[in-house]
Amino acid sequence: MSLLQIRNLRVEFDTAAGPFRALDGVDYTVEAGEVLAIVGESGSGKSVAMLAMMGLLPDSATVTADEMSFEGVDLRSLSTAQRRKVIGKDISMIFQEPIASLNPCFTVGFQLLETLKAHTDLNRRQRRDRVIELLTAVGIPEPERRVNAFPHQMSGGQCQRVMIAIATACHPKLLIADEPTTALDVTIQKQILDLLTGLQRDHGMGLIMITHDMGVVAETADRVVVQYQGKQMETADVLTLFEAPEHPYTRALLSALPENATGDRLPTVSDYTEAFASEQTEART
Amino acid sequence: MSDAILKVRDLKRDYVTKGGLFTPPRVLHAVKGVSFDVERGSTLAVVGESGCGKSTLARMLTMIDAPTSGSIEIDGAPIDISAGKVTREMRQAVQIVFQNPYGSLNPRQKIGAVLEEPLLLNTSTPAAERRDLAMAMLEKVGLKPEHYGRYPHMFSGGQRQRVAIARAIMLKPKLLVLDEPVSALDLSVQAQILNLLADLQDEFNLTYVFISHDLSVVRYIADQVMVMYFGEAVEYGTRDAVFDNPQHDYTKTLFAATPRADVASIKARLAAKSAA
Repeated sequence: MSLLQIRNLRVEFDTAAGPFRALDGVDYTVEAGEVLAIVGESGSGKSVAMLAMMGLLPDSATVTADEMSFEGVDLRSLSTAQRRKVIGKDISMIFQEPIASLNPCFTVGFQLLETLKAHTDLNRRQRRDRVIELLTAVGIPEPERRVNAFPHQMSGGQCQRVMIAIATACHPKLLIADEPTTALDVTIQKQILDLLTGLQRDHGMGLIMITHDMGVVAETADRVVVQYQGKQMETADVLTLFEAPEHPYTRALLSALPENATGDRLPTVSDYTEAFASEQTEART
Repeated sequence: MSDAILKVRDLKRDYVTKGGLFTPPRVLHAVKGVSFDVERGSTLAVVGESGCGKSTLARMLTMIDAPTSGSIEIDGAPIDISAGKVTREMRQAVQIVFQNPYGSLNPRQKIGAVLEEPLLLNTSTPAAERRDLAMAMLEKVGLKPEHYGRYPHMFSGGQRQRVAIARAIMLKPKLLVLDEPVSALDLSVQAQILNLLADLQDEFNLTYVFISHDLSVVRYIADQVMVMYFGEAVEYGTRDAVFDNPQHDYTKTLFAATPRADVASIKARLAAKSAA
């Protein structure tokens, strides 16, 4: 049984201009201990898919799927209260903007304690110890002192470490990282990616890495889903994807990498959209 | 260095933080003596992590901030804004494009007005001619004439960055400072903007100072590379020299941290993973 199984997920938003389909029949499977990367540009629906799965979309969204199960439990049938038990504990998520996702009014220690209080039976002292332990695990120097720090007193990389600490506080089985390193420097990015893959390996977590950076995919993923405009272009294991990309869109993405530049100008993805469009019509007929 | 358009010698910038009643004022050396030349029509890439002084350098080059000491010479003319003698012509010679196209355009200004404003403020071009120049520029940067009357929120990130670039070259500057122009953009859009920059450089013989922390972009676009670390230029040379034979430890760390997207390194990673 897979850790996460989603089949034929569709998400529609009601807008003033009529319904807008953000996701059109995508499938995801994540095994325990596997790293799945979802790649795509902005607007490809990669974040929407995860928000839909966690039930975090606004009311204007209609989510339908043939199957949406986590450890065999149908996520669609859960009540809000039951869902809250799962989310934040067994499934947790870290977001792109570390500084924006922490509450500026409370210390990082408080925000960690909050998660532990909601999801564990630990008493006050144990929670306190666990917070220190978590901050140490994510590589915050002087954790005893930093628990009392406010988010604005930390750098972006440290805030992201705190976010990771919060997300992994209850040993989640599935961690979703939504562009975890886009706002960070390369050297810090490396540290955060190492931290995430390290935690993933040590705890045997499933990890979903949402990103638009092919470099991040190459460095972390086992399997890759490529998305474009709410549709799934290609699913492959990471080596196959880079060695022999099937879909023209994937090929376009890979050739748009500056390090793969051969000529004077970079090939852009729009050079390939015609090929993509013709394939779409073929698929429909 | 025959035709250096930009000559920078021993440039320093200190920021003094005010002390309190019992704390003495502290001096932060943001840029600690940087020297370099940029030739006309070439691209110098400045690489480094946040806080290394690369944006401070950009602010000094664009005459926003005065250097504490050292000299900047643009096209043979020394500039020194602390003495307050920078002419309008000097300011036109250097323009800047910022990182975040969502923050650098006024949301209440139409694109046409955005493009015409530099002309309005700096030249005595009549209105009809300004409009024509703005239209021509829209086309140059790959936008359409109908975009003239639209507002920034109607554009995607890549299109906004095109507008920001168009605005920067309206006055035909000699030197364009690009402060992380593609780091907020998607990969496919990034490629388009890099191509646009290359096209514009060919057409107007523009000189770029390209600030970035993405080494793969730098490798693609730069002629010269300068690596900054805590306010110092730890490495400076041609692109090939820096990439093929990095000297400083920090440059090596930077190279090691850059994710690699080639098949060989994926194989190596997967092999290491299955062995562990």
